[in-house]
Amino acid sequence: MDLLLDATLYSSTLRAVTPILLAALGGALCARVGLFNVGLEGLILIGAFSAIVGNHLTGNIWLALLFAMTCVMMFSLLFAYMTIHLKANVIVVGVALNFLALGLTTFSLRAIFDVKGSYVDRNMVGLPRWEIPLIHDIPWIGRVVSGHSPLVYFGLLMVVLLYVYMFRTVSGFRLRAAGENPIASRSLGIRVTQYQYGAMIACGALCGLAGAQLSLGQLTLFTEGMTNGRGFIALVATMLGQSNPLGVGASSLLFGFMGSLSTRLQGMALPTQFTSMLPFVVTLLAMFFFRNKSQLADARRSNESSR
Amino acid sequence: MLLQMKGITKAYGGVIANKHVDFSLKKGEVHALVGENGAGKTTLMRILYGMETPTDGSITLNGKPLQFSSPADAIANGIGMVHQHFMLYPSFTIAENIVIGREPRRFGFINQFRAISEVAELSRQYGMPVDPRRVIGDCSLGVQQRVEILKVLHQGAEIIILDEPTGVLTPLEVKELLESVRRLARSGKSFIIITHKLQEVMDVADRITVLRDGEVTGAVDASGTNVDELSRLMVGRDLVNLQRKEQTPGQPILELEGITLAGSGSKPVLDHINLSVHAGEIVGIAGISGNGQSELLQVISGLAKPDAGALRLQGKDIKDASVRQIREQGLAHIPEDRYQWGVAKEATVADNGLMGHTDRYTKYGLIKGGKVREMVRGWVERFSIKTGSLDTKAQHLSGGNLQKLIVARELEHRSPFLIAAEPTRGVDVGAMEVIHGELLKRRDDGGAVLLVSSELTEVLKLSDRILVMYEGRIVGETRAEEASEERISLWMAGGKRQ
Repeated sequence: MDLLLDATLYSSTLRAVTPILLAALGGALCARVGLFNVGLEGLILIGAFSAIVGNHLTGNIWLALLFAMTCVMMFSLLFAYMTIHLKANVIVVGVALNFLALGLTTFSLRAIFDVKGSYVDRNMVGLPRWEIPLIHDIPWIGRVVSGHSPLVYFGLLMVVLLYVYMFRTVSGFRLRAAGENPIASRSLGIRVTQYQYGAMIACGALCGLAGAQLSLGQLTLFTEGMTNGRGFIALVATMLGQSNPLGVGASSLLFGFMGSLSTRLQGMALPTQFTSMLPFVVTLLAMFFFRNKSQLADARRSNESSR
Repeated sequence: MLLQMKGITKAYGGVIANKHVDFSLKKGEVHALVGENGAGKTTLMRILYGMETPTDGSITLNGKPLQFSSPADAIANGIGMVHQHFMLYPSFTIAENIVIGREPRRFGFINQFRAISEVAELSRQYGMPVDPRRVIGDCSLGVQQRVEILKVLHQGAEIIILDEPTGVLTPLEVKELLESVRRLARSGKSFIIITHKLQEVMDVADRITVLRDGEVTGAVDASGTNVDELSRLMVGRDLVNLQRKEQTPGQPILELEGITLAGSGSKPVLDHINLSVHAGEIVGIAGISGNGQSELLQVISGLAKPDAGALRLQGKDIKDASVRQIREQGLAHIPEDRYQWGVAKEATVADNGLMGHTDRYTKYGLIKGGKVREMVRGWVERFSIKTGSLDTKAQHLSGGNLQKLIVARELEHRSPFLIAAEPTRGVDVGAMEVIHGELLKRRDDGGAVLLVSSELTEVLKLSDRILVMYEGRIVGETRAEEASEERISLWMAGGKRQ
């Protein structure tokens, strides 16, 4: 019980959830325009690496973030070009992108920093911790909510902003329309490919930030393959949240919490291998309970007589 | 003249879809464009709507020559089109589906409140009731059709093109639609209706242009013509008038007793259905679609298991038999939705023909390809199925030709019992004639046929006995000789059994 009331558990949840959340929101944008982005993992990895490189080159944390975003946007542009323009299969390109990211970052790590495995620079400055005035002084809540990197707050803000964008603005409405029925949208003069490119690039920017949080948020270091499946968890969060920013936010929080809990349980005599399974077991269970409703609807419709 | 299309020619490579077609439209007129599948009706309208560029010819609107390069151009000039396959967003509300492209906005935000009131106003103004807040995916096809028309009106269309508007509608919905069209025409809108249903044309149109093989074969006033003349212009010859021979039915082939199927709701989908089909008899089931016909067919063919009742085919209990066992017991099935149940779209014509015949055409586990092709080639000739080759994918065949392929395949079983569900839905007059002829021939040869159709004329034309389904029950039965359209319509609408 003490474990569940401990403020640090929730504080670490917020930290752990940020990369997943940012990437999952990007994934939701892509899913809404009809491009199922399985390359999130690779995009985050490139973001994590380029954030370190940016920091190393400029010495400025904000320029490093900008550099990471730009680099990942370039890669998502490549993804967009191949899937939209060359009409390559989305899944294949996504998987290829993941491998490309793994190989490229590993290679660049040796080429640029001349190290193997991981790169740490003790002098490098990570993302700042923001202490929020007033809230900071509230007991328990202050310890959970205050003192995180700006990206943690940005991620939570993006949930709301994206929700408003998708469901309240004309542009968001047309973006959803472009994904739901591209042929009808084209016949109305909606520029479907423009929305698709836009969503992909925005997804790149979000994944760049997700990666930066990973490499500059807690510790300032880069390790080969340091995303460690987060991109795929983000993908699941996208699906579980039905590409609705609020749903994506909730499911990301669930996965982040499970991640932190499993780390915490490792301190309690449970085997590591067992506790690290926890997020994935929850994922499977979640998929079991939250079936894709549209599939059910399709199945129901197929049994109707009219049509 | 509001609109004039002169000498329109459209060639795709070597294939000519339209050949020097002239077409004109007056303000406030309903102009029907009729012709068989592949006659070039849709191509002509796609040219008008800016989806295709003509090879030759000119279009003038209000006296000004025009050339549209995209549908957006056409919309801007007051031309709207309702496509055969609806262009809707299933998860959006009706209001959203209508206002899309010209959303009421404020600082980039959608004004949902105004969208809803605009749609409500539009629906009242044109007398087409819809609930703007409902999600369109949950609405009936009739409502979806109405929303498509409202969308076009919202775009400010003066000329509205309807491509096969009644293909998926129930008779009542068709009636409502045609009334709306007439009312809108009186208020000054002009309509072009693409169709091959001649009775509807006679009901609604002022003028009629007939196309055959890309050429105009007639442009007539509706008042000065009749269905027979139109079908002659369409097909290029007189249609054979089918006659049913007098024949006494033999022993019962299919028997249903008290078949009941519980649905998801409180009412059963099938409620104590009793029926029998005898050898040498066509039993027609009439009814507005969605009153349990589909479920009835699924129970008979083994796709769904009834909760109560007895089901016998050729005297053998098939209630718990598998689909395959039932087929082996003597059932062939022309399914109601050819794309969903009838064919594999990605498979070739030959492969689709083989389906269901695999046992006869395999040896040592290998398919006898040559024999299969021989069989399918035979059908292609006998039913004059228009296909590039036997290796053409099924999805590239027109609806009518695909349906002929399915009919040929199911007849090939020479089974004692045949289900024909909506056998001519979306099929042109020529193909309809062939299919009807084949069904009657099967009956004359002593086969038992269960016909399910939402087209009352079809049921009346083919059946020896007619049953009417309403809300999962059989509410009326009559012999064909004594059948009257009025009485059956009454039963279809839920009137009491007499």
